[in-house]
Amino acid sequence: MKVLVPVKRVVDANVKVRVKGDGSGVELANVKMAMNPFDEIAVEEAIRLKDAGKVEEIIVVSIGPAQAQETLRTALAMGADRAILVKTDETAEPLGVAKVLKGVVDAEKPGLVILGKQAIDDDANQTGQMLAALLGWAQGTFASKVEINGDKAKVTREVDGGLQTIDLKMPAIVTVDLRLNQPRYASLPNIMKAKKKPLDEKSAADFGADLKPRLKVVKTEEPGGRKAGVKVKDVAELVSSLKSAGVI
Amino acid sequence: MEDFDDHKDIREAVRKLCEQFPGEYWRKADAERAYPAEFVKALTDAGYLATLIPEEYGGSGLTLSAAAAVLEEVQRAGCNGAACHAQMYVMGTVLRHGNESQKEKYLPKVASGELRLQAFGVTEPTSGTDTSSIRTFAKREGDHYVVNGQKIWTSRAEYSDLMILLARTTPKDQVAKRTDGLSVFIVDMQEAKKAGLTIRPIRTMMNHSTTEVFFDNVKVPAENLVGEEGKGFRYILSGMNAERILIAAECVGDAKWLIEKASNYAKDRNVFGRPIGANQGIQFPIARAYANMRAAELMVREATRLYESGKDCGAEANMAKMLAADASNEAANACIQTHGGFGFAEEYDVERKFRETRLYQVAPISTNLILSYLSEHVLGMPRSY
Ligand SMILES: Cc1cc2nc3c(=O)[nH]c(=O)nc-3n(C[C@H](O)[C@H](O)[C@H](O)COP(=O)(O)OP(=O)(O)OC[C@H]3O[C@@H](n4cnc5c(N)ncnc54)[C@H](O)[C@@H]3O)c2cc1C
Repeated sequence: MKVLVPVKRVVDANVKVRVKGDGSGVELANVKMAMNPFDEIAVEEAIRLKDAGKVEEIIVVSIGPAQAQETLRTALAMGADRAILVKTDETAEPLGVAKVLKGVVDAEKPGLVILGKQAIDDDANQTGQMLAALLGWAQGTFASKVEINGDKAKVTREVDGGLQTIDLKMPAIVTVDLRLNQPRYASLPNIMKAKKKPLDEKSAADFGADLKPRLKVVKTEEPGGRKAGVKVKDVAELVSSLKSAGVI
Repeated sequence: MEDFDDHKDIREAVRKLCEQFPGEYWRKADAERAYPAEFVKALTDAGYLATLIPEEYGGSGLTLSAAAAVLEEVQRAGCNGAACHAQMYVMGTVLRHGNESQKEKYLPKVASGELRLQAFGVTEPTSGTDTSSIRTFAKREGDHYVVNGQKIWTSRAEYSDLMILLARTTPKDQVAKRTDGLSVFIVDMQEAKKAGLTIRPIRTMMNHSTTEVFFDNVKVPAENLVGEEGKGFRYILSGMNAERILIAAECVGDAKWLIEKASNYAKDRNVFGRPIGANQGIQFPIARAYANMRAAELMVREATRLYESGKDCGAEANMAKMLAADASNEAANACIQTHGGFGFAEEYDVERKFRETRLYQVAPISTNLILSYLSEHVLGMPRSY
């Protein structure tokens, strides 16, 4: 079985994000970028499935600018087998990305697509679900455990009330949550090997899709700062200040 | 802080590795003066300590800039490569001057981590910086040498399987040049510890696992002589440029960590109703440390470029080491000052880095000796030592 893992290049999780002066988005110039942390978990899970003999080939795909090659090389250094860059300078929106991914799935015919549950840049949490709908495949989202048995995938999901375990018929879509695994760091010999692994460059049109923006960003703002609290002496003072604040 | 980095992929992976070893790990090791064995194992297992070992001996066979990137990132992540950096440059002595059977015997095991090559025995208590005056003597007796003497500041000796040892093989008064008559040996320390080799730890202001080593009739097989007898000083010198460049890269990494820590704190800490970083008295020392770090970094790059193209880089490697050690010390000073009282609290890691990075103005070569080198060899002034 082949497994497809989409990976996104996003602002590094350790960077303090700043809104652009004109409010059109966040500042990306000279900002350190990295693989979306959820996607690292997805790549790691694919590698573990391969190590366990459930998967023969891991294909990573990124939809983004030329620099997304670095993100793909990181995935190859972790242990993916080959990579596809769908190059675009448009902002990658969930629906456009899901349509491209459907094209990649049609071309590569993987038995499983593992995605991050969301990207930490816009936190949309949509791409996996949209892809499942476009393909008409089963989906197991927010996975904290994945087991493959023949043509069934057993996925444990993190839901509000606790854990839910579902059986999916393959081929299927899995989106991963934080607690699924601890992604590995690449070893030096694997970084060297990754430089020689195939990386194909394609366009959205090659997969019969387009990435034209379907959404319009109206405004981007910093979250309002938290106001300092007040200390109260006792319950009586608490009640009276809540009253004067008009909340009780 | 912006990245100007080459070897991005390596840097990224080393950073990820270092994330498993947060400040807490280093504080604990520091408090106990414990060797960070787990960290060294992780770096070894992932192949980073074998960056420079050729592929035929199980390493990655990369050039010096890759090794410099590894060590810089280790320091930049707040970790401390002093526990294992020597392997990177000490190995070069065996690689360049060892014979084929020595290379085949040792390098693959060093690359895999089976043998730790961390100890470098040059400095002695009575000779100091004047290396040609060392007294440890190796006397040839049949098919082995018998070593007597003492080394000091032999770092990591307790955590190393092999030592690269510099010893006299012909007394100083019987050689034409003072630097003749010195030889390099590969000492199997596990064997030597059974008969005649004693290691005594020295507690220092930082966690460095440094020691005194005593040789009492220690037998070293003659086959462990590296290169020709009597030419050891030259062999050690030939590795110095790589050593200087790698230490300089570590200092650049320290400086980056310290500057980032200082500027972040300056932005967040509010006193008199505004961030302390709004005061030029706080900003300027950090900005100046940044400028000096960048200048040092460029010198490290220049020295590396010359080294990799096979050109002489003695002056540049020495300058890189001096400028980078100065820059990291300046950054440490600015960082602790910016943190006020909190800079002295262990949980901020600032005082630890302050202690750790101070070493590099003294070891492996002190600043004065670099200045003496430049005065004599670059500027043509009289030799002062
Ligand atoms: C923590 C630590 C780890 C070390 N690890 C190792 C190791 O693993 N292996 C090893 O072999 N060595 C090691 N060293 C030794 C280190 O290389 C020496 O300490 C260093 O070279 C200085 O030698 P010294 O301490 O004998 O100082 P000295 O030679 O006694 O010098 C003392 C001071 O005088 C200055 N000075 C000396 N001569 C002159 C001159 N002619 N002109 C101007 N100034 C001069 C020096 O710059 C220095 O500031 C280590 C040292 C330390 C502190």
